[in-house]
Order: sequence, then C-alpha cells, then structure tokens
Amino acid sequence: MYDVAIVGAGVVGSAIARELSKFKVKACVIEKDEDVCNGTSKANSAIVHAGFDAKPGTLKAKLNVRGNEMMDALSKELDFPFKRNGSLVVCTKDQDPALLDELVEKAKANGVEVSILEREELIEMEPNLADDVVKALYAPTGAIVCPFHLTMALAENAADNGVEFFLNTEVTMIEKKDDFYVITTDKDVIEAKTVVNAAGVYADKLNNMVSENKLEIIARRGQYCLLDKDAGNHVSKTIFQLPSKMGKGVLVTPTVHGNLLVGPTAEDIDDKEGINTTADGLGSLGVTSAQSVKNVPMRQVITSFAGLRAHEVNGDFVIGEAEDAKGFFNAAGIESPGLSSAPAIGEMVASLVAESLGLEKNPDFNGTRKGILNPATLSMEERNELIKKQPAYGNIICRCEMISEGEILDAIHRTLGARSLDGVKRRTRAGMGRCQAGFCSPKTMEILEREVPMSMFDVTKNGKDAKIVYGYNKKI
Amino acid sequence: MKYDLVIVGGGPAGLAAAIAAKDNGIDSILIIERDRELGGILNQCIHNGFGLHTFKEELTGPEYASRFIAQVEERGIEYKLNTMVMDIANDKTVTAMNATDGMFTIEAKAVILAMGCRERSRGALNIPGYRPAGIFSAGTAQRLVNIEGYMPGRRVVILGSGDIGLIMARRMTLEGAKVLAVAELMPYSGGLKRNIVQCLDDFDIPLYLSHTVVDIQGKERVEGITIAEVGPDRKPIPGSEIHYDCDTLLLSCGLLPENELSKTAGVELSPITSGPVVNDSLETNIEGVFACGNVLHVHDLVDFVSQEATNAGKNAAKYIKEGKQDASKEVKILPVDGVRYTVPTTVRPEVMDDTLTVRFRVGQVFKNCAIATYFGDELISKRKRPVMAPGEMEQVILKKSQLAEYPDIENITIKIEEA
Amino acid sequence: METRDLICIGCPLGCSLKVTLENGEVTEVVGNTCPNGEKYAKKECTNPTRIVTSSVRVKGGKINMVSCKTKEDIPKGMIFDICKAMENVVVDAPVAIGDVVLADVCGTGVDVIATKNIEAK
Repeated sequence: MYDVAIVGAGVVGSAIARELSKFKVKACVIEKDEDVCNGTSKANSAIVHAGFDAKPGTLKAKLNVRGNEMMDALSKELDFPFKRNGSLVVCTKDQDPALLDELVEKAKANGVEVSILEREELIEMEPNLADDVVKALYAPTGAIVCPFHLTMALAENAADNGVEFFLNTEVTMIEKKDDFYVITTDKDVIEAKTVVNAAGVYADKLNNMVSENKLEIIARRGQYCLLDKDAGNHVSKTIFQLPSKMGKGVLVTPTVHGNLLVGPTAEDIDDKEGINTTADGLGSLGVTSAQSVKNVPMRQVITSFAGLRAHEVNGDFVIGEAEDAKGFFNAAGIESPGLSSAPAIGEMVASLVAESLGLEKNPDFNGTRKGILNPATLSMEERNELIKKQPAYGNIICRCEMISEGEILDAIHRTLGARSLDGVKRRTRAGMGRCQAGFCSPKTMEILEREVPMSMFDVTKNGKDAKIVYGYNKKI
Repeated sequence: MKYDLVIVGGGPAGLAAAIAAKDNGIDSILIIERDRELGGILNQCIHNGFGLHTFKEELTGPEYASRFIAQVEERGIEYKLNTMVMDIANDKTVTAMNATDGMFTIEAKAVILAMGCRERSRGALNIPGYRPAGIFSAGTAQRLVNIEGYMPGRRVVILGSGDIGLIMARRMTLEGAKVLAVAELMPYSGGLKRNIVQCLDDFDIPLYLSHTVVDIQGKERVEGITIAEVGPDRKPIPGSEIHYDCDTLLLSCGLLPENELSKTAGVELSPITSGPVVNDSLETNIEGVFACGNVLHVHDLVDFVSQEATNAGKNAAKYIKEGKQDASKEVKILPVDGVRYTVPTTVRPEVMDDTLTVRFRVGQVFKNCAIATYFGDELISKRKRPVMAPGEMEQVILKKSQLAEYPDIENITIKIEEA
Repeated sequence: METRDLICIGCPLGCSLKVTLENGEVTEVVGNTCPNGEKYAKKECTNPTRIVTSSVRVKGGKINMVSCKTKEDIPKGMIFDICKAMENVVVDAPVAIGDVVLADVCGTGVDVIATKNIEAK
C-alpha cells in the first residue's frame, strides 16, 4: 500500500513527486510511456513566463509568479539550464497600444515587474524586431529553461529520495475503496491511500473515473519550428505578440541551448495523441512570426514538432482534492503557464497531500542533483584529466552537438536512465543537432545495446513499438 | 604538436590530398579522421560504379577507398582515427580530441578542409505529419544495412531520387524489403540515369516525378505515407494524393557540405554551394586553408573528388614550400544563364597552373544546348552538350596560355546557350 | 522489326540508346558515345546481366560485415537467387579484397568475392 500514487511523469507529476519526497512517504509515480517528460512537457515553448499575463486572482497567476520565483534556486539545486533572458510583448502600429496598458495593470495586480519601452530603446535591445513594432511591454523576469532537464532533474531527485517510478505502465482503471484507491494498470494492480492526477491531456479521464464533478480537457495543439544554432542569436529575449483569443500568439525565442524557436500555432483537436504537424500550421509560422520579428531565417529549420496543451474548458488550473473523492488530488488543466508554474504546483499539491495524510518531514531528504556533465564547460586541462580517467569522454558520438560517449554513458546509467534514442537525445542532445541523428543514431544504438544491455532489435526511438531495425539483412 | 599540413577528414578527398602533398615534397602530414577507419562514406557505398575515370575499371566504394588507403600507408603518411576536430582557428591552430590522446592542439602551416557533407534531414525538409520511428536519411539506412547488417524497414517509400536514394531502393529490395515508390519533388531525377535503370527499372519500382510527401502517419513506427503531385510552384495539388501502407520512409533529398568547422576558422562560404569560396588554388579566404571534395561543393562522382583533392594537396604543398603566391590580378568567374555556381570563383592568371578545371552545376535540365565561355565580352569556347541536368557536374577547362592573351579582362563568364 | 529504347548503364554518362531488333537479333544501335554502348545494348536485348553487390557477416573481425560482389556479371534473372544464396554465409576474419566469399554461386561459375579488407579483432 502506497501513501501516494502520482499518475503522470511529466513536469507536474515529477515536481509533485519531488516535493512529496521532502516528507516521510511511500510514494510512486505511474507513467504510461517509457520515459519521463514524454507528453505535453516535452513539446512546448520552453519558457518561464514572468507572470503578467494570467488573470489576477487565478491559480494560473498565483502559481506562475511563485514558480518563476522558485526557478533560480531550483536550477542551482538540481543543475538544469535556466536563463533569465527577459521577455517583450510587442505592439505593432496597427494594434491597440491600450492592450499593453491592460497587461501593465495585470502585471501590477500579479506583482510582476514590467515597463513599457518605445521603439528606439527596443531596437537597441533587439535589432531584428519588425519595422512595424512601435512599443512593447518588457518583463525582465521572463526566462527560458530546458523542459527536459527540468523534468528529468525533478524526477531523478524524487527517485533518489525514495519515490518509485513505474514506467511503461498505463492506468486503465481507478476504484475508490473506503479509505484507499485501487489502481489497475496494464501491468500490476497498485493500491494507494491517495492518488494525484497529473495525467496531462488525460487528466479528465482519470478524474471522471472517481468523481462526479466531471472535467473536460481539450487537447490544444501547438506546432513549432526549431532553427539551427546559427540562428540562435536572432533575438536575445523572448518576443511575444499581443495575445489573441486563441492564445499567446506566435513567439520567437532563443532556447537555453542556443537554438531559435518559433511557434506555437493553436488548434483545438479531438485526438489526445494528435501530435502531428500540418503543412498549413508550419507554413503559418513564418508569416505570423514576421509580424513581430523580421528576417527570421526559416530556411534554417532543423526540426518541427507539435505539442498538446491540456486546456480545461473552465480556463484555470484545476488543483486540489476532489470534493466527492477524498484522497484524490487533481493537478489538471495544466496548460500554459504550466511549465513556469510546475515547481509551485508541486509545492501546493504536496502540502495538500501531506496535510491530508499527516506526513512528517523527511530528515534525510537531499535536494541536490548533479546534471549530466557538459565537458564543453571545462578547460582543456580539466577535460584531459577527465578523459584520462574516463576515456569515453574523448570519443565524440554526436558530431553536430559534439556529444561524447561519456555523456551518453552517464545518461544511460544514472537514476531513471535513458533506454531509447529519444531518451539519450533529451538527456544529452546527441541527435538533436543539424543532422538530426543521421550520423550518430547507429552509434547510439550500439551503445544502448552494450550498456543497458538490450537487443538491437528492442532499441526504440521512444518506447513501445517505435523500433528502429527489424532484423538482420535478408532475414526480415 | 606541429605539422606542416593537417588534413581534416580521411575520406576520398582527404586521402587524395594527402598523397598529392606527400608526392610534392611535404613529409609532415597528419590526416584526422572521426570514424574508426579511413575511406569515409565510400565504406558504406558497397555498390559498384566507382573509379572509371581514375582506374579505368569499375570498382565498389570500399575497393576504390582501399587503393587510396594503400597509397597513404605506402607513403607512411600519419593519420589519427576516431579523432574529432573540435576547432580550427584562423591562425591554423587545429584543436582535436580522441579517447587516447585527450584534447590536443596542432600548429599547422597549412590546413586542407575535407570534411565531406551530410544529408538534408526530415526536419530541414519540414515534412508535416507525425514523428514516429522509421524515418531515415538514405545514408543512415545505408550504414545500418551495409556496415551494421541490420534492416531498418520492410515496406519502404523513398522521397528524393538522389543517387543514394536510388542505390538504397535496390539495396533494400535485394535484402528482402519491398520498395513501393520513389517520389521526386522536381520534374527530373536528381540521380544518374544508370541508377534509375539498374536500381528502379530492374525491380519495377515506380518513380513519381513532381511528387512529394504530404503526410506521415503512425505514432510509434511509420504506418503510412501519403504522397501528392506538385504543380509548377512545387505546392501539392489537392486530389492527387496516393497513399502507401508502409513502415519506412527514406529521404534522399540533397546533401549539404559540412562547414561548421570552416566557420570557426572564419572561412567565407558561398550561399549557393554552402561550401567555401576558393580561388584557382582551391584556397579559401584564409591564407593556407584549402578545401576539396564534398565540403567544397557536392560532387556527383568520386573520381572528380579525387582529381580536385589532388590539386588541393599539390597547392597546399606549394604554399608550405614557397609561401603566399603574389598575384597582381584576380579574375572573377561569373556563373550566369543556367550555371548555378562555379568552383573556383576566381582565377589568378599569373600564378595558375597550366590548366584549370572549373566545375559547376546547371540549374535545370537543358537539352541540345552548349556551354559557352566568355573572356570579358568575347566568346572563347562553346561546347555542345546533348543533355545537362542538375544532378550531374559539368566542367570547363581554362588554359593559362589562353588567358595570357587577354591581360585586360576583369571577368570570365560561363553560361548555357543554345547550341 | 522491333525497336527498344535503353539507357546504357556502362558508365555515368547514361547514353540514351535506340536498338533495332529483327527476330530477336540486334541489327542496329544508335545513340551510344562509345563501343561499350553497343555491346551493352546487344547484351541487354539478348542476355541481360548485372554485377550483384551485397554484404555478409564476418566472425572475429574488427567490423561485423564485409561487402562483396559477384566477380563478373551474372544473368539478370538470377539476382534474387544469388542474394538468397548469400543469406547464411559467414566468413572468418581476416578478410582481404578478392577473397572468395562464395564459390560458383548458384552454378553460374561466378564467385562472390570480398570487396573490403577486414582485420581480425
């Protein structure tokens, strides 16, 4: 019997798991996919919003601001890439500048520092802003983060502090008993005193298994283009457009790894696995982004992708214990600014659960975690010391991102280590560069085969049936 | 560490350059190769058809490579395998790394860039649809099948009719897969005609010209591919879709010279070839840094890579021995009217070799046309060509003696004219 | 009288050939740039042949596969039989270019030979 079973190992589930591990608790995380950070958490804008945009008084506003505040300390404790690059919401000559004033009012109410800048100052800051941009709202606390590393860091640290992770395990049914829940999965049956629903786009399904207060989550698709690092300096801040009814418009932002990201579109779709891109969607990004940033080199796209935002029809995050299902805690409807809010959601949900179960603090909790060493940050002497001890760090596998075998070995052998090509890619960036794994995937497959160890025929792109090779030559 | 000449890349270009430099009097040479063996991409090109120009016989890729590797070994030229060049500074300090030596720097008098090229990826093509397993560049599939011995698919659609795509259509078929179709965006194939005959026609594999992939289905592994005809604007025509149930999509949609290192050295690149801008010595804008092979511009035949690299090796040797060649004049070579680019882009009549091969590609298919060369406004030569296609390289040979007769010209123009 | 359009595969030039046949005999070839074109056309119309290239497993080598080819042309209709015959071939390292991987494949009288040197581990 677990004290807590968290369903979903995205950024929200992982944040909750880590916060809960600060208590003496028997907890587990149940994840249908083969790795953490495999749903909404992996495909989004990778930004930490300043918090001026959410409607004052909502959970979104409160948790965004708190989450933003927590990021500096968290990024140091958990060693993930995070950068306060600041953000701009730009207003063009055809738009109503009063909309910026409304944002200033909201920012004040939410307690977020912002200012209005005129074109001259803006151009000095961002020379590539579109010619039509006349003024902008500047938020210095806007930031960018690596969502993979944030999620992995939270999950690894939770696991290191005793939380169990069941990957490749899909919840099919939840039944409420008198004072516990029976969770049926495609593997085992798990019993837990409390359940945390962090199931992303499926959170409605889970909630509706135990509660009469039905939720409805709509998958809102956002398509993105990621550009080569050559284009990474095109802007230095995150450039938003004035919000429209469908979302925050298209943004242009550097990523923490030095690429340029353009997106998202916003389309409500029926399929909760509908992460396909469309010609129209991708085609629109160049046109729309040009309204705020000029000359975005869309020819330098290295990959495009789509993610789903879990939009709850009532608009705000749904967080807390279900009224008619004691011990069932929702963290549902976590769409933007979900990534920004995740650490704060973790705090909030963990304290609710802890209170409900009367948990004591865990005196052995160790909140620090080391990320995968990036040898590029070392001096030549340090690097040579490292290679002498561990020669694999001298063997470059991914030539585009200059990722060594040493980093890949670390990714495989660490807590909740990589078991697939995408797992290695998200942890190390091997295969994330301009050739998109053309050269390194056969080498990475060999390393997985040898180190996990596993059969070459079981190596996948990202779990389940995403197999890479079918058999030996002439024998398929 | 100090070497007279560092050659970055041990594929066909690097090998031929090293041999030529050695034969022209340079003893201190280091070839740096990132893979576990010399020979580069030839090692996975196990089909035949290489070397007709160089050896007057038809060899497979590994055989062609082995002849050059043997010459490198015979001459005792040094090389390091499994070694990655991390940086080239504009003073020709090369920083490299491997598992045994760690990270180290080499001061070189001259550097030859011979890093080759990479394939355009699905991402760069911006093909819409899902992102399942089962989408490979043709070269990745070629490595898996020919070197690792693993089959990456059973039912295959190929986008792009570049030579690697055509060759892989045959390879996959011979190894037991079913290749359903090859789709090509352009109204003509990007590969050699002989490959269409012996890789597609021999096995009744249909080639759809003016077609592209408009959708990829399958959430885990590819489950289907939809192709559609494109109009003259290369946009898909609604209603022309053809669907295939398949598990694999191979991409053979063009090659891109790999010049990330060249950029670290400050080498100027051509926006058309994506390779360095070079003069008649194949020297870049950085003195003593030369380029050859597919890193300079993508070739159709390895024989031409070897020829070009031999020149780069010779010129680097000359530079190491004699220093910078002073020339008072540099004549520009202008590609116009169907000629997309030329390599080199400039020629120095005083210091050039007796003959200079100018290589280029055309921008569309030309039938019964001619390649015309002008010195200034004067037509110097006109050579008839029954067919020219963008998939095949063309060349013009400039003679030093002939150029000497035109001391005042500013430009040489190469263009396609009616025959 | 019958005519056939062929593309010569003798070299990368890929000449377009027009072949005239009478009673299965080639009477005229036009469009070729060199004598090999005529030879190819005659053979292609009467007894088409191909070189087959493939790769087979290596035991105890630094690399697991060795590339190979039929030493000479084989009848085009036998391509798949020859691939099938190579299915279970495993050679021991070291392997040198020209080593026979499979002798007299499918009774054609043609050997399959290695096209790559593989050192022993």
